[in-house]
Amino acid sequence: MSDIRELSFSAAVQEALAQAMEADERVFLMGEDIGVYGGAFQVTGDLVHRFGEDRVRDTPIAELGGAGVAVGAAVAGARPVYEFQFSDFATLAMEQIVNQAAKMRFMLGGKVSVPVVFRMPCGSGTGAAAQHSQSLEAWFGHVPGLKVVEASTPEDAKGLLLAAIDDPDPVLVFEHKLLYKVKGHVPAGMYRTPIGKAVVRREGKHATVVAAAIMVHKALEAAEILAKEGIDIEVIDLRTIRPIDGPTIIESVKKTSRLACVYEGVKTLGIGAEISALVAESEAFDYLDAPILRLGGSESPIPYSPILEKAAVPQTDGIVESLRDLVKGRI
Amino acid sequence: MAAEVILPKVDMDMTTGTIAVWHVKDGDTVKKGQPLFDIETDKAAMEIESPADGVIRIGNAPVKAVVPIGTVVAMIYGAGEEPKAFSGAPAAVASPAADAAPAGPAALLPVVAPAVDATGKARATPLARRLARQQGISLAALAGTGPRGRIVAADLANARPAPAAASTTAGTAIASGMSTEAVKALYEAGSYSVTPLDGMRRTIAQRLVQSKQTVPHFYLTASCTLDELLAIRERLNAHAPKGEDKQPLWKLSVNDFIIKALALALQRVPAANVTFTDEGILQHRVSDVGVAVAIEGGLFTPVIRAAETKSLSRISIEMKELAAKARARQLKPADYQGGTSAVSNLGMFGVEQFNAIINPPHATILAVGAGVETFVPVNRQPVLKTQMKATLSCDHRAVDGAVGAQLLKAFRELVEEPALMMA
Repeated sequence: MSDIRELSFSAAVQEALAQAMEADERVFLMGEDIGVYGGAFQVTGDLVHRFGEDRVRDTPIAELGGAGVAVGAAVAGARPVYEFQFSDFATLAMEQIVNQAAKMRFMLGGKVSVPVVFRMPCGSGTGAAAQHSQSLEAWFGHVPGLKVVEASTPEDAKGLLLAAIDDPDPVLVFEHKLLYKVKGHVPAGMYRTPIGKAVVRREGKHATVVAAAIMVHKALEAAEILAKEGIDIEVIDLRTIRPIDGPTIIESVKKTSRLACVYEGVKTLGIGAEISALVAESEAFDYLDAPILRLGGSESPIPYSPILEKAAVPQTDGIVESLRDLVKGRI
Repeated sequence: MAAEVILPKVDMDMTTGTIAVWHVKDGDTVKKGQPLFDIETDKAAMEIESPADGVIRIGNAPVKAVVPIGTVVAMIYGAGEEPKAFSGAPAAVASPAADAAPAGPAALLPVVAPAVDATGKARATPLARRLARQQGISLAALAGTGPRGRIVAADLANARPAPAAASTTAGTAIASGMSTEAVKALYEAGSYSVTPLDGMRRTIAQRLVQSKQTVPHFYLTASCTLDELLAIRERLNAHAPKGEDKQPLWKLSVNDFIIKALALALQRVPAANVTFTDEGILQHRVSDVGVAVAIEGGLFTPVIRAAETKSLSRISIEMKELAAKARARQLKPADYQGGTSAVSNLGMFGVEQFNAIINPPHATILAVGAGVETFVPVNRQPVLKTQMKATLSCDHRAVDGAVGAQLLKAFRELVEEPALMMA
């Protein structure tokens, strides 16, 4: 059982899709260029050859229509997985995601569920500029009826996607584009990473960092640098943006008394704001020994210039500095 | 050359001060020596005079904010100089005191402010608040080491074993049995009002907590017969020289006699004219007698220096001057610092006897009650005499019971036989 094998993040996603389709004939894939082309980021690869064009369906460049078909198929009993080439394009499909998929269970008195999965390649760092680099997790996390997950490791990429496909409700699976090539251990079986459960990636006693996706890696790098200075950082990988795992965060903050939220999405009204408020409202409030820190994306579209693009989202050096100030009582 | 107006050091152990009020406005033309503002320290208020002639630019110099000494609070521009708006201290500020907090561009902010802000609320992290609540420590009494004086959890750990180690800086710990929150919880909301602690109240609280908790007090009480003293006082006052306005130049009070008697008693019993220090006992040569003066909202203890050498009329005149300055809050540190013992007299309120708390660095304090007509046996017959109870509080670290008793005995002899004061 304990087969130690390494897969890339994108291979782990593909394996999840393949295993789900093998195990359940209701599962099928939709998206632009996911068939013969293998997907904009080569995630679906050769699945079209293994499962055929009926189950790996190329759609026109019409996100609202594609998403609508997926939602309809889900209502009709299928288990569609719709891939947006870039999660930015989900803005074109907001009607189907927010007004239809998210609401249907509630508006029809629970008689219908919408087990659709939307795959959402997201994030900056690829030089794809303002319309192809956003991190819109918080937008969707704001909508009751949607679940939002975002893995930082190949193992969770597979586990969360399988859990999303199993889930009776619409789930948006964000995949940070810079993580697709990251490799890590991925169990071969059909395991699920529970939705709504964060994980402590690194234990520490001086401050808690809550992050997701690529920011988990940057936070862990920062923690390693700070460890040499005797500063001991705890890093929580959120994994699920909605529903957020409050208890794990609260327990950690009660231990460390300091909290920093690191996220790539725009800082204002973002994930960090939610986590900050969650902690401030919780029993952990009485354990805070410093202001809560948010390190988020800048209040601007992601710039095209590589230098500015880097500067627009939290980077390891800045995280190190901010955490040092936080722990040393300078903020 | 523009002149800087700095917050001066007017008291020895002063590191911060508060501007109570400005007497001039931004842009006013001021003359050298003209009062610019009143500075309030822990103990006193003082007028600060202009160092130069010119146009003063005050900027947003804070009133009622705690400012480190040496901070530039205004600039005065002379003739021919452009009176630029003043927004803060120049980068290089000549600090008059080595222990002054560094004055930077932000020096007008209360950089070493106590955690308590103008609203009277302590600036503290939630964790510090919770720990303070649990440990029964008042946040108002703590100095925070966090940004802007914020109290963090570590400050509580540090504050715990040290109840105000002789510091009179605003914001250091006043050990308090219960937290503010815990006390307030005992009363119905709205059934009380809160008067914020001013510098004097804070200092009184700190010094007396420190005294009562660190100085081992014991108390000795004696009754003194005052009839002779009262008679002499009447005769002396009747013969007081008159000034041009036909009014007597002085009028001796009973307290003036008591001050002198205590001063002479301390000379007779030098072992009681001392101060305890960790290094050794300071043996004082003169009797500097502090006298508690109640004022609105608190009290001061100005000192009559070398009272054993002074005539009763001299003591009386000095006391009147000091009391007037105390009430006007214009005592200078030289008026109240030091002292070797003190007198606290509540007789005028009809109090017959009480125990006073020693005012360090004194080793004793004499609590004086009212003169009360009492029948006392004289040759087995009841005779009506005016009796006054005096209670001596002694610092047992320096003054043992027998020494204290000798001092009180000497005092009693002098009070009962005032002619001895002339010997």
